[in-house]
Amino acid sequence: MKYLCLVYLEEEKLRAVPDKECMACGDGFRKTGVLVSAEALQPVATAATVRVRNGKVSVTDGPFAETKEQLAGFYLLDAADLNDAIQMAAKIPPAREGSVEVRPVRDLTP
Amino acid sequence: MVVSTTDPVHEAVSAVYVEHSRRVLATLIRLLGDFDVAEEALHDAFRAALEQWPRDGIPANPRAWLVSAGRFKAIDGLRRRSRFDALDDVGARADVAVIDTAAWADEESVEDDRLRLIFTCCHPALAPDAQVALTLREVCGLTTEQIAQAFLTPAPTLAQRIVRAKSKIRDARIPYQVPTPAELPGRLDAVLRVIYLVFNEGYDASSGDRLTRADLSAEAIRLGRLLAQLLPEPEVLGLLALMLLHESRRESRTSPSGELIRLDDQDRSRWDRAMIIEGARLVEQALLSRRFGSYTIQAAISAVHSEAADAAATDWNEIVGLYDALLRTDPSPVIELNRAVAVAMRDGAHVGVHLIDGIFARGDLLDYRLAHAARADLCRRIGRVEDARASYERAIGLTKQEPERRFLERQLAALRSTDLVEPGRAVRKSSAKTEKP
Repeated sequence: MKYLCLVYLEEEKLRAVPDKECMACGDGFRKTGVLVSAEALQPVATAATVRVRNGKVSVTDGPFAETKEQLAGFYLLDAADLNDAIQMAAKIPPAREGSVEVRPVRDLTP
Repeated sequence: MVVSTTDPVHEAVSAVYVEHSRRVLATLIRLLGDFDVAEEALHDAFRAALEQWPRDGIPANPRAWLVSAGRFKAIDGLRRRSRFDALDDVGARADVAVIDTAAWADEESVEDDRLRLIFTCCHPALAPDAQVALTLREVCGLTTEQIAQAFLTPAPTLAQRIVRAKSKIRDARIPYQVPTPAELPGRLDAVLRVIYLVFNEGYDASSGDRLTRADLSAEAIRLGRLLAQLLPEPEVLGLLALMLLHESRRESRTSPSGELIRLDDQDRSRWDRAMIIEGARLVEQALLSRRFGSYTIQAAISAVHSEAADAAATDWNEIVGLYDALLRTDPSPVIELNRAVAVAMRDGAHVGVHLIDGIFARGDLLDYRLAHAARADLCRRIGRVEDARASYERAIGLTKQEPERRFLERQLAALRSTDLVEPGRAVRKSSAKTEKP
């Protein structure tokens, strides 16, 4: 089953973990075949939020929710179960600076 | 589910239900991979037993029979549901459910199933109150109504909590397994926390039906025993010891009218010796492992109290030493407070007051009623009546439990009537007499 590991960090800690370390982590996941996809994100100042209401597109600046910890990146992993996913999430370097939310992926029903 | 009756076979089925239903459920969850399907299968299996055992006799291995029947019924049910065709020979087919000698039936994997069930119910991805509700429901077999009653929660709220927890286990795919040795310490902590919470809910009952509450403590001890048998880790033994040593004083800690009696003032002849002996033995075993933690140390402190004939004969030096150890493992202001009281007993009340004032000066425990109550008691002993009064009033203002409030109010009233009595143990003994029936 796929789990999305959402990495949350305080804005000022975005650079607390060296990129090299995050790349090594991604490479490790890739080698064991569990990595589906992973990306780091630009700071929330670069975000735009899009809504469609009554067929009209509205765009506002900034993230959907202003919170202390912001979404800084994600890893989409293929894990056997939640325990497996939790163990992998614990290896994501920013877990020691911020937090990683582990969410199981839901299959859409046709 | 088993109806009470005088029929010996029905009685036997009831006995088997009490003894084996949780084990059968634990194995069925593993075999069927779903809590709800397994519960339904468990009920179907017992229904089949009620039909077949009177006719065919009670099987040699009832548990294996039930697992086999439950598994068959569930698989059959799933098949039928997927084909949408009702079979009328289900009853006849159930007879096919014979004991097989597959690996799932062996003793070891069945015992593992019970551990799997405990660890799954106490999984840290579940909310703490969901862990408690699910453990009591699935591991202990209490009904939703019983749990709701014991926790003073509306039954629908509790039912909802259990349903959500089961959905999360299924949707997030929380595995049905015993944690690996690397994960074990953290995961075991969660299990022990759940058990101790259940125990305290029954022990520190602030309101509600006292009998139901006591049952909750008994249930926690039963869980502790089960865990100690399945996974005899030092802290498991330590927690079981701690619960037994507390429980040994249940009868003497309240008067018949429900008033609280302090440890120092309890009639120690009413303590349950068998529980104390068992608890002390477990503490010793846990301490010998040298891998013990805070539950074991707390149990050791409790054991020292249990060994003393009265408060004066207590080895306070030993207790202070154990609190020092506890502070190293598990630093917290509450433990500091307990240590301060022990130091007061060893070195004099004024030293204790000084230590408590130090905790308050840091801004800790200012809203903790027991800290003010302890300070009040110590001040009273050294004749600082005004300080004692202020602290009692503060404690009363923070207390939500009725028996405790009455206890503190009696202490405060006694302070008024005996304003400048010479402090010391003699005074405390005589005031103790008025509390005892």
